[in-house]
Amino acid sequence: MGEIFGLLSFGPDGWGDEIAAGTWLTIQLALATLPFGLVFGFLVALARNGENRWLRGFGDAYTTVFRGLPELLTLFIVYYGGQIALQRFINLFSDTYVEVSGFVAGMIALGLVFSAFASDVFLGALRTIPKGQAEAGQALGLNRLQTIALIVAPQLLRYALPGLSNLWLVLLKDTSLVSIIALDDLLRQTNVAVSSTKEPFFFYLTACLIYLALSIISSVALQAIEARSFRGEERIGSKAEAA
Amino acid sequence: MDFELLARYGPRMLEGLFVTVQLVTLSVVIGGALSLPVAFARLGKNRWLSRFAFCYIYFFRGTPLLAQVFLVYYGAGQFRAELEAVGLWWFFRDAFNCAVFTFTLNTSAYQAEILRGVIKAIPRGQFEAAHAAGLSPFATYFKVILPQAFLIGLRPYGNEIILMIKGSAIASVVTVFDLMGTTRLAFARSFDFQVYLWAALLYLAIVETLRRVWDRLEIRMTRHLRPADANTLRTNGQKQFQT
Repeated sequence: MGEIFGLLSFGPDGWGDEIAAGTWLTIQLALATLPFGLVFGFLVALARNGENRWLRGFGDAYTTVFRGLPELLTLFIVYYGGQIALQRFINLFSDTYVEVSGFVAGMIALGLVFSAFASDVFLGALRTIPKGQAEAGQALGLNRLQTIALIVAPQLLRYALPGLSNLWLVLLKDTSLVSIIALDDLLRQTNVAVSSTKEPFFFYLTACLIYLALSIISSVALQAIEARSFRGEERIGSKAEAA
Repeated sequence: MDFELLARYGPRMLEGLFVTVQLVTLSVVIGGALSLPVAFARLGKNRWLSRFAFCYIYFFRGTPLLAQVFLVYYGAGQFRAELEAVGLWWFFRDAFNCAVFTFTLNTSAYQAEILRGVIKAIPRGQFEAAHAAGLSPFATYFKVILPQAFLIGLRPYGNEIILMIKGSAIASVVTVFDLMGTTRLAFARSFDFQVYLWAALLYLAIVETLRRVWDRLEIRMTRHLRPADANTLRTNGQKQFQT
């Protein structure tokens, strides 16, 4: 039994360092995707919530497409399609060969999926904020930017956080798909370890437990953030408002 | 649109679509059956059963589906001798079976969690009333609780089926020729990117159809919860009878 754990040691004999490097890449990819997905998701939510018919149509179509496609297919479309499109574009000027980085393709694909789901979350949150809040801001003499930054945004974040927390956990798991386009994330490093040690069960279980650990750490952190976002919000007060 | 390409790979992709439907149907139905004992174990009084169910649910929800598929498919290969000894090897040697097996376990965890959520959402009085009426626990669940739970759970169940449809694309990674698998094959042979776009349209069509059917279903199943003159009220733009 001890022998098999030796496979996880760091150094030339063990796979510990490779797997740690893969885990780090997984974390980097998820963290790199997050801001892009959040900003895009928010913009799409604004488009869907706005007055402009075309923007609304675009937002709805965007959400429908990237919520409905399998994540793996989105990844392939971005990776191969991006490769082809970029190559054609480059060929207009020169005939150098370009290769789309798997990391960037993964980031874009996961970001598209994340932003589609996030726009739903933001839209739901936007609609829970009564119109009177923005009007009250104006009545106080705040300009539009101040109204958004000081009045709407803090409440929006509070309502959106639980949904966004879920999306983060989904994103963390979805990063495993990039292993298929040969990016050296946790799962791919595990594949490599398996193909040379012939211990699939042990290594895949280890990978699963690492993903699980990342989820648990994230959940704890997110709960702390959520609790903090609700400071100053009295339960009874919010109920009275709903009635 | 390249019709020659469509003629060559279209039929095969439709066969793949059929495999996808089989994969999802089998997994969701068997997983649904399996989710009942898991959810009841989780909700039940037995501390160890409840803990076991918690770990089961946490594991399958907290780790990537792709890693789970690898764990089962390649892990089973490692235990070939043992599986042959118990006469189960014929099952696990087939990639399709492994995919169904993994998806079933995965969706049963998600469905158990949905079930737990909706059962907890049902007022305690319903349990007490059933108890007072002298119903057995079995009858209480099947005659009183589950029919109500079904209504609350309709939307999350629909989302879970959609997640399964999208997730099933992962089976293509372990050589199952579902819609994604046949598409990848077509791409590998033709190097024509549009096959991915066809697959995208097919996936979107299924997911959107399901979503719309679900919307209808929800409207129909909640018809007793709406006031008879809800429509006239809505056109008046006033809620006259609200207290």
